Amino acid sequence: MGKFILKRTGQTLIVLLIVSIFIFLLVSFLPGDPVYAMLGGEITTETYNRWYFQLGLDKPLVVRYFYWLSKAVVGDFGISASQHKAVSEVLAQRVPITLYLSFFSFILSVPLGILLGIIAAVNRGKKIDGILTTFANVCSCLPQFFLSVLFLYLFSIKLHALPSFGFTWPWVDFVKSFRQALMPILCLTIGGIASICRQTRSSMLEVIGQDYIRTARSKGLSQKKIIYIHAMKNALIPVITLMGLRLGGLIGGSMFVESVFNIPGMGMLLVTAIKAQDIPLIQACVLLIAVVACVVNIITDIVYAAVDPRIKI
Amino acid sequence: MTEQSKTIDKNEAIRLHKAENRRKFLRALFKRKLVRVSAAGLVLFILMAVFAPLISPYDPNKQVLLDALKGPSSKYLLGTDNFGRDVLSRIIYGARVSLIVGVLAVVIACILGTFLGMVAGFFGGVVDDVINRISEAVRAIPQIVLAMALCAVFGGGIINLSVILGISNIAVYIRMMRGQVLSIKETDYVMAAKLQGNRSMRIMMKHILPNCLSPIIVQMTLQVGQTILSEAGLSFLGLGISAPTASWGSIVSDGRQYLMQNPLFSIAPGICIALLVVFLNTVGDGVRDALDPRMRGKI
Repeated sequence: MGKFILKRTGQTLIVLLIVSIFIFLLVSFLPGDPVYAMLGGEITTETYNRWYFQLGLDKPLVVRYFYWLSKAVVGDFGISASQHKAVSEVLAQRVPITLYLSFFSFILSVPLGILLGIIAAVNRGKKIDGILTTFANVCSCLPQFFLSVLFLYLFSIKLHALPSFGFTWPWVDFVKSFRQALMPILCLTIGGIASICRQTRSSMLEVIGQDYIRTARSKGLSQKKIIYIHAMKNALIPVITLMGLRLGGLIGGSMFVESVFNIPGMGMLLVTAIKAQDIPLIQACVLLIAVVACVVNIITDIVYAAVDPRIKI
Repeated sequence: MTEQSKTIDKNEAIRLHKAENRRKFLRALFKRKLVRVSAAGLVLFILMAVFAPLISPYDPNKQVLLDALKGPSSKYLLGTDNFGRDVLSRIIYGARVSLIVGVLAVVIACILGTFLGMVAGFFGGVVDDVINRISEAVRAIPQIVLAMALCAVFGGGIINLSVILGISNIAVYIRMMRGQVLSIKETDYVMAAKLQGNRSMRIMMKHILPNCLSPIIVQMTLQVGQTILSEAGLSFLGLGISAPTASWGSIVSDGRQYLMQNPLFSIAPGICIALLVVFLNTVGDGVRDALDPRMRGKI
């Protein structure tokens, strides 16, 4: 097991290195002069020169890459031109907000998705299965931004029940925070429930048809025991992959919800950074999102290997 | 003489067999009512996109500022937007963008990914390692984030967006094709082709590729919907199709500030995206089940 973890970590480091090269090259291909793109056309020559040297544009690309990487490893991504602050400082403000929202939506969607998936599988072909499958199929096709706009229209504009934008931490004002976070979290959750429900249903159906379940039945075990103890153990293995995918998208998958509800999180940050062509900020955001996705990937693989003895390590 | 008639018979038999297979496939595909309805809906959307200039009541970009933000009426069935443009006409033209980008991007991803995956699996060694690492790196960045970053550099527009979404979807095909090729490579007929002295390219194109196609086709049909969602998302964020071209994603985005005046401005294009993707996915699921011989009896 130790060897497996070590090997996967090594592979991931190589992948991350490629990703970092890719991000660096990509951003250096941004059209136009990077200094003007960041600061706008009307700047003095001194400001221009200061930023020109600060970004290291007088040095060759390879030197700049290693300089950037050596700083990035210790968390120094330079200074954001559009926010007038250190990139690390900006990230420290934005990342927790996105993590907070995504985390709640994750812990809501996993049990609900699994439960609905099992209910659908157990009642295969009955009315409830039809309803649940249709719900899951439709919800996984609804674009998140459209769902958010729909919720906004229903609950804020028509019913005046919930505030339409903003974010407050719960320890600042609990009631306000709850009301503001309700819609965004719901929008993030519904897609998760739908995809987990679909995966659980199909893998549960596969497991239910297997011999050992028939044995359990003929042994006279109760239906509950068979489903929730014997079948679920194996049916959930493929769901782990899906959970990993969702977890990996935790900080990179909420830009739509954030942009509709005007939440100053990581997703909004990336969008504004791209629009402002804020090079250091774009690099940092994409790298951070990739790192999180990779780390979650390793964890998923390890969990997978731990729960499924058929996987050779 | 007898030699020749035998070969004709053989070709005839192969042709008949293929026709029979196709019939079986179509029968299995359209057996379910849901698939039939979705296919019909899909055809409607396609017709809407093709005949957009004929059926749309107004020019999608014509501004009548006096009629701005009107609700639905007999003049404007879905109302107007903030520039007084007819929402229905813009939605009809938007179908073009969604369908073109969706299909083009998937075709690009499929061609590039299938080729790279095939080369990786067939040659192995260093080639395999390099292609694998690249595809892992592409996979490490969430698809929408990668597409956003690429859009920032290369700009939006229909062609750019198709290429960008194609590239960001490439990894699935590489992995799938590589796995397929690894198993097919060891079969006797590939070995025989090698012993005959065929070149690698010919073996890959003539013998390996046709035998890997069905999972690729399933993946493609399911991916068009996902790609349409990504395009709509990028346009919604203002990074995809730029104004004044109508794209469903950007119409939803433009309309959300005017939910009070004309809610349909934002909601109607959203419903169109959802419907189109539901139809595509249902047909895709149908194709998958119909191609899977284990499922044929059941559905």
